[in-house]
Amino acid sequence: MGFKMQPMTVPEPAPGKDQLFTPEIRAEIDRWIAKYPAEWKQSALMAALVAVQDADTDNNPGWLSQKDLDDVAHYLDLPPIAVYEVATFYSMYELKPVGRHKICVCTNVSCMACGSDEIVSHLEGKLGIKLGQTTEDGHYTLKEVECLGACGGAPMFQIGKQYYENLTPDRVDEILDGLE
Amino acid sequence: MANEVCLRTLDHDQPWSLEAYRAVGGYEVLKRVLQEKTAPDDIIAEVKKSNLRGRGGAGFPTGVKWGFINRSAPGDRYLVCNSDEGEPGTFKDRDILRYNPHQLIEGMIIAAYTIGAARGYNYIRGEFQEPYERFEAALEEARKEGFLGEDILGSGFDFQLHAHLGAGAYICGEETALLESIEGKKGQPRFKPPFPALFGLYGRPTIINNTESLASIPVILEKGGDWFKDLGVENSGGTKVFSISGNINNPGVFEIPMGTPFKDLLQMAGGMKDGRPIKAVIPGGSSAPVIPGAQMMELTMDYDAIQQAGSMLGSGAVIVLDDTNCMVRVLERMSYFYYEESCGQCTPCREGTGWLYRIVHRIEQGKGRQEDLELLDDITGKIAGRTICALGDAAAGPVQGMLKHFRDEFQYHIDRKRCLVSAGG
Repeated sequence: MGFKMQPMTVPEPAPGKDQLFTPEIRAEIDRWIAKYPAEWKQSALMAALVAVQDADTDNNPGWLSQKDLDDVAHYLDLPPIAVYEVATFYSMYELKPVGRHKICVCTNVSCMACGSDEIVSHLEGKLGIKLGQTTEDGHYTLKEVECLGACGGAPMFQIGKQYYENLTPDRVDEILDGLE
Repeated sequence: MANEVCLRTLDHDQPWSLEAYRAVGGYEVLKRVLQEKTAPDDIIAEVKKSNLRGRGGAGFPTGVKWGFINRSAPGDRYLVCNSDEGEPGTFKDRDILRYNPHQLIEGMIIAAYTIGAARGYNYIRGEFQEPYERFEAALEEARKEGFLGEDILGSGFDFQLHAHLGAGAYICGEETALLESIEGKKGQPRFKPPFPALFGLYGRPTIINNTESLASIPVILEKGGDWFKDLGVENSGGTKVFSISGNINNPGVFEIPMGTPFKDLLQMAGGMKDGRPIKAVIPGGSSAPVIPGAQMMELTMDYDAIQQAGSMLGSGAVIVLDDTNCMVRVLERMSYFYYEESCGQCTPCREGTGWLYRIVHRIEQGKGRQEDLELLDDITGKIAGRTICALGDAAAGPVQGMLKHFRDEFQYHIDRKRCLVSAGG
């Protein structure tokens, strides 16, 4: 709760931060730290988790391992629990392996009215997996998500950071064929 | 009379560029305010006069909110913009960020000057990569022009503005959850009072406004509060950016005067797809109780008219449903949403949203029990008004609306164990 207005922190910062991640990831996290008051490194936590998730830090592209979470805590001088709380609260953090392409399909009301059922069943048929599953070859994960704020282009999905709108089964085939 | 305020650059090439924004008079108000050192109280008075009400959904008067800040108190103050657009059906702030980010930035600088904030954050939902990149690029341009940073345009006023990215949580659109999230925590709403104007980000006085509200400020100050107010109707000043989606020919974003008849908005959006009958409209994002299509065709799009019809204008997100939609299925999906997005802090919401979803789900599956509709009525009454934030009310409202207007469809599902719509009823 908000009334305790101190950032969470560890009694003693641990040494060896320059051994964590890569120089690029450390620079990206530092860029975020600089946006907030000096004592509030905790504010950079969400962005740090994204940076680490997107990179292949622990032989795990696209998701966060236990080691990743602990390393982020170490880097930001946070107790691990502060990192676990955030990593488990927000839906964009993946704590289990995901496929190379994470397909996030919106099935909320506007998309549903415009045919997201058909898009989901087409994807499930094409990939041979259900919502929430990953193909055996590790290429694709199919994830049902809540409204992504693109209802004007319903039905839609997101792959990686990219939105794809006004989907039809044919268009879905084209998009998937165009992925590596 | 369209696209006069937040979307006024839309006709230009690369409407998001500094060049396009300059072509519509962008940053001129900021220059004037800083040169003339306009008294903050005068700015607040003008915003109050405009009748601008918070565009995120709650509709609280923006000028009144700004007036809550005590500028003589020592210490830091913050300005925060809420671009965590997540209310199902809403996609207007995404377009403001994509097509006119500079106007939001100018509005934020003026707001920060008014409340005396030296630092501000724009909280953008994590999935919005393209809008985030546009906003970041615009920030960079604004910094180069000296509109941001220290001693802005030689005025002595300092303001640093940054983006903060969310990571997928509807609840962070609630203002105090959003502040917790910027602090790097779970997005769980705080008790109010104290309100953010007294105890906000990092425990400091903070003003938090929606993207569309802040982007409206430069035009209000350029053309005057009266001009803006007169665009709309009583109690609903100005224009509003409506996002309209569902079973229509031309879904999208339309910035039109408050008080525009719904049937005109529907016409702008191309009318009903395949000419099918309009069955129902969710007029203000999924938290707004549903209104039957025939009734909606007689209403105007403003706070009072929609409220008198038993719903709310909310974020101005209009979801139009035709007669192929089963209302039980629609409610099942909406109830799942609130169950999924409840932050888990308050028992009535954490447990109640699960109850709502499971009961509507079993009705949809043809396993409903005769007592289920009364049970739903009972549960919504035990959630609404009994939680820290409005998510509990938002989960209860759609259920109450559906049972009020489409109770027969739910009863049919329970009695016949199948769907009235697919049965051709």
